[in-house]
Amino acid sequence: MSSADLTSERDLPPEREATTRGDLVPERDGPRDTGMDDASLHRWLARTWRTPPGIIGALSSVDHKVIARRYLITAFLFLCLGGLNAVVMRIQLSGPQRGLIGPDLYNQLFTMHGVTMMFLFAVPIVQATGIYLVPLMVGTRNIAFPRLNAFSYWVYVSGGLFAWVSFALSMAPDVGWFAYVPLSGPEYGPGKRADVWAQMITYTEVSSLAVAVATIVTVLKQRAPGMSLDKIPLYVWALLVTSFVVVFAMPAVMITSTFLILDRLVGTHIFNPAEGGDALLFQHLFWFFGHPEVYIIFLPATGMVSAIIPAFARRPAFGHLGLVLSLIAVGFLSFGLWVHHMFATGLPKLGASFFTASSMLIAIPNGVQIFCWLATLWDGRPVIRTPLLFVLGFFFTFVIGGLTGVMLASVPLDLQVHDTYFVVAHFHYVLIGGSVFPLLGAAYFWFPKITGRMMSERLGRWHFWLAMIGFNAAFFPMHIVGLWGMPRRVYTYPAELGWGNINLFISAGAVLFFLSFVLFAFNLVHGALRGAPAGDNPWDAGTLEWATSSPPPSYNFARIPVVTNVEPLWAEREALAVATGLRVDARELIISTVAEAHPDIREKSATPSIWPLLAAIAVGGTFLYSIFTPWAIVWGAAPIAITLIGWFWPKGDPEDEE
Amino acid sequence: MNQRPALDISDLPTFGHGPRSPTWWGTLGFMALEGTGFALAAGAYLYLATLWPNWRLSAPEPNHWPGTIVTLLLIVSLVPNHILNGYAKQCAIGPVRIGMVVMSLLGIAPLIVRWFEFPALNIYWDTNAYGSMLWVLLGLHSTHLITDVGDTIVLTVLMFTRHGYSGRRFGDVGDNVFYWDFVVLTWIPIYLLIYWVPRLG
Repeated sequence: MSSADLTSERDLPPEREATTRGDLVPERDGPRDTGMDDASLHRWLARTWRTPPGIIGALSSVDHKVIARRYLITAFLFLCLGGLNAVVMRIQLSGPQRGLIGPDLYNQLFTMHGVTMMFLFAVPIVQATGIYLVPLMVGTRNIAFPRLNAFSYWVYVSGGLFAWVSFALSMAPDVGWFAYVPLSGPEYGPGKRADVWAQMITYTEVSSLAVAVATIVTVLKQRAPGMSLDKIPLYVWALLVTSFVVVFAMPAVMITSTFLILDRLVGTHIFNPAEGGDALLFQHLFWFFGHPEVYIIFLPATGMVSAIIPAFARRPAFGHLGLVLSLIAVGFLSFGLWVHHMFATGLPKLGASFFTASSMLIAIPNGVQIFCWLATLWDGRPVIRTPLLFVLGFFFTFVIGGLTGVMLASVPLDLQVHDTYFVVAHFHYVLIGGSVFPLLGAAYFWFPKITGRMMSERLGRWHFWLAMIGFNAAFFPMHIVGLWGMPRRVYTYPAELGWGNINLFISAGAVLFFLSFVLFAFNLVHGALRGAPAGDNPWDAGTLEWATSSPPPSYNFARIPVVTNVEPLWAEREALAVATGLRVDARELIISTVAEAHPDIREKSATPSIWPLLAAIAVGGTFLYSIFTPWAIVWGAAPIAITLIGWFWPKGDPEDEE
Repeated sequence: MNQRPALDISDLPTFGHGPRSPTWWGTLGFMALEGTGFALAAGAYLYLATLWPNWRLSAPEPNHWPGTIVTLLLIVSLVPNHILNGYAKQCAIGPVRIGMVVMSLLGIAPLIVRWFEFPALNIYWDTNAYGSMLWVLLGLHSTHLITDVGDTIVLTVLMFTRHGYSGRRFGDVGDNVFYWDFVVLTWIPIYLLIYWVPRLG
């Protein structure tokens, strides 16, 4: 904020007198933006929407962009930690019978790698990208339920700290990222390691469920006037479908981890076959979440691809409707596949066949998406820049992962390679190829919007080729060594098996892949400090986030856009149609109807508050304490209740009252 | 980028009830995810029940009366709940205050009976998996009951303060009515599952 902004508050006109209406408290009306000149409008909105100064102010922030930036940075740090786990494991496996680390630490390493990458990196980073972009893309001023959004971040951070502090104390989970019973149960999992897994899950799932609800309501109710369902950008569709998948999938893993901790802590027998429970029930519940989880990570990435390709192909996406229907179809089908993770458990043949068929079926909507993207590129005039390079890398890698996926859907092949490096190769091709490559492309694509500066194109190309070569060198040979029979999750292997050379090659590829991320980190920092100024719309893209400045002001848009086209900025190059009439002295935004996005209500958005942080501390403390005693839930209830009342109790702001 | 005013929204209202309000949709979202939790817990119960041919695992029958009384109280509470909703829509502060007090009491009443429902299950959570699932199902619903009653009491107090006279608060009352319906509706299948389904076979 400049000094001009500070002094200008004195010039602001006094608030208008109150007017009475019906049985309600007199509604105080404030100044509106109608006819206001740009400079005064900016001064008003900047004062109304700012995050308060100071440490308490920063901790109270409810600005979706501030929260998203924190999420992105935190998730990137967890990516680095999870990546370091992997590098250590690869050094240990680079030759037969290396003595760098023992089996106990190795068990913690691969568990922490999986848990960190899935729960602390992949899901949070795709949701964080959505927290940043969805409100901008739908043309609103903040995410729905901004305090819930802030709360979700603090819960996520405390879950991540909890897991990594446990690792530092050598009490990290050592039972694999899916923590099957009976290994993780009370009989075979002594100590607190499996409890750490169970409660870390609870933290991260609470956080992502909160973000999912906020995202759904933002998309359904806060779209700019005119953005009917058929004009929602594909990226926003992807996040909407993902959020629905989160809402219906994540409760399954919370139920699983709660049942596990009950079995371990208070002696229930839900997973204990000796007392009428069942160990396979754990696998069913876990994978009912675990398979949709893959699509929770993958669908936002397809949304990123659908945003990047039109911008660089210089034409709207081919088959917009087909792409949307594919997203929805994948969202539904993702719930019908979970049993293919359990083919080795001796299921009835009919069940196995059904899940083979459904696993192959999901390749169809995914294929439709890929053909639509190819058609867009084919018909466009593609400009090859770093974001598009990563999208092309995504095609190549993801298709290989998809093909091994179709192979693994077949029961006999799955039984043969179950728990071998073939499976490790497959899911890294799908997850890194399908999600991380589009994410890296998205980083280059939206970095200018977030920072106002460009990343280096030259370093970007180096980064891409280093990542492509490093990734394939590390993971392609895993297919081969897996077919040779090398099991996953084993800390070493004897020299006589002859796996030494290929593992050395894999480790060299892994180091190269790791270095590509070092280069990426350098490019991020260099771009943020020294990058060329980006301007509002450096790629001349068509969606609304590019209509505002880079980085966007706290209030996102000086006036809410009125949308007439799926690529609004391409349709209206002269001047953007906007709505007027919102108050500027209170955090007002437009609530619109679900299908047609007719403007319906001038709603107040929540003001900054420290209570979400305090509530997250109360909730986090309760979860932490609960791995030691069930009474934690009783003792924790009071501070949670107090902080929630503090959160919701009106403070007399105009935002609280109308 | 340049702007041209194309739409005047200055006459829009500043609050709305039901599906017009984002809070209603947020409440629906939480119902969806909590409902999924209920469905999965019930599914886990049925999974184990079909897996073991001697289900109930030789445990004594639960005494259904406390549960039945809770069910009746919950169903009766729906009537004042919806009368309250009507007053909230009219923004009538007097009747809404009375309605909120009534709903707080009608929330506390089943909670008291619920206290006697746990021993009436006639089995502990650590006896066998049947006992575990009964306590889990009842515990899951009790958590919802306690949080919603707590929420209702806080909102009742709020309605008696100067913050009560506001459209936003009447919207909150409407959402509270909506969530109570959810707490009542989720109880019905759980009640049947705990007390009556094992008696079928």
